[in-house]
Amino acid sequence: MELAFVIEKFVLITVIFSLSLVVAMYSTLAERKIAAFLQDRIGPNRAGPGGMFQPLADGAKMFFKEEIIPADSSKFLFIAGPSLAILTACIGSAVIPWGQNILIAGRTVSLQVTDINVGILYIFGVVSLGVYGVMIGGWASNNKFSLMGAIRAASQNISYEIPMGLSIIALLLVTGTLSLKEITEQQHGWHWNILYQPLGFILFLVCSFAETNRTPFDLPECETELVGGYHTEYSSMKLGFFLFAEYINMFISSAVMATLYFGGYNYPGMDWVNNAMGPLWGPLIGMVVLFAKIFAFIFFFMWVRWTVPRFRYDQLMNLGWKVLIPLAIANIVITGVWITIYDKL
Amino acid sequence: MNFWERLYLPAIFQGMGITFKHMFKKKETVFYPEVEREFSENWRGMHSLKRDEQGRERCTACGLCALSCPAEAITMIAAERQKGEENLYREEKYAAVYEINMLRCIFCGLCEEACPKEAIYLDGPIVPSDYLRKDFIYGKDKLVEEPLKS
Repeated sequence: MELAFVIEKFVLITVIFSLSLVVAMYSTLAERKIAAFLQDRIGPNRAGPGGMFQPLADGAKMFFKEEIIPADSSKFLFIAGPSLAILTACIGSAVIPWGQNILIAGRTVSLQVTDINVGILYIFGVVSLGVYGVMIGGWASNNKFSLMGAIRAASQNISYEIPMGLSIIALLLVTGTLSLKEITEQQHGWHWNILYQPLGFILFLVCSFAETNRTPFDLPECETELVGGYHTEYSSMKLGFFLFAEYINMFISSAVMATLYFGGYNYPGMDWVNNAMGPLWGPLIGMVVLFAKIFAFIFFFMWVRWTVPRFRYDQLMNLGWKVLIPLAIANIVITGVWITIYDKL
Repeated sequence: MNFWERLYLPAIFQGMGITFKHMFKKKETVFYPEVEREFSENWRGMHSLKRDEQGRERCTACGLCALSCPAEAITMIAAERQKGEENLYREEKYAAVYEINMLRCIFCGLCEEACPKEAIYLDGPIVPSDYLRKDFIYGKDKLVEEPLKS
């Protein structure tokens, strides 16, 4: 392995890692701002111009809070919980293609950390690992509310992974590959998968709300019933890690949805732009487009959060098992039949 | 509920339309320390001990305000006016010490009603927050009106 390759990947990983942290950090501010605007308020505006430094102030506050580990908790697992949550949240970004290959000083640089041919499976693995942080943290707290939250998180994530996987199968029938890079390349221009898989997209969207524990599926941490849910006993930066992991997850799942269904870095008229701007700036514009899509999804996540109330637990299970799974299976059947007929013609 | 309703999607989209409209509505926020909301006419805020038209303190330390106070927030020590202090105090007796504990005060306005000399009114601003309990006991330095500008 040549040195330039190592440096290139190292720089890319660092940039993506810090970018997802910064996006997650400012998502906390955006969440409060959007919540305020949807409720006819202004939101935080004291720290810095327009409240720009609010996330830094929040972070500093988190660090200076007293750190409490309950006496009866299992200490190792108590610390492992939030660490695992944030670790799994961060490694999901590795397979997402952030842009077309760019040309720097005669070298073709791929804007993707690694193009493994089972990219979607990798994302699924990481997402299902994410619930372990919540489960371990909730169990190790030795608190009944935490345990209830952890149980809910586990059953909810398992229930919603099934329709999510099934909706992806229909997508794979269309694309014929698991590699995220190839899926994105197939959506060149305006051939976005949303046009072929509208139902699949809606199913995937609903399931990703459930997987990231966002309202209306935030049962693991519902304050009105379970105090704080799985993070009741957590304080200081360990609590911060749990909350932060949720925002990183939101960023990653927005990126996955944009990549799988909304063309990733593709946009109508991209060939013309690429010819005009050259091999460095053209792909970078594509990257900007991808980020615009991601931010639109993040806005959507927050918009839904401040509109829809939390589901009751039986409603959650009914929706998952009796509505989403049949729909996902129907989607697979329709897609399969359609592809067969289309190939015959 | 039929299948379409059990999807929740139509209801959710309807709700999202409503919340989205609210993004562009006029914001109700009042930027408090910089901008103050207008108080109603019968608003009762911080007390002030009034002076008469010649700038003399009206309070005669009769103690009716302290007596009427349901929260027992007012204490005072009376003193006799000396010769040469006629320009400071209107009556022969005045309050040497007049303290209101703002943590006890319920801003009911009974002291204002009890006062026969029209010496106390609850016409001030909101009582500011503070760190220590002792700082909430307001003496004459904070309560008495500014002297008249001659």
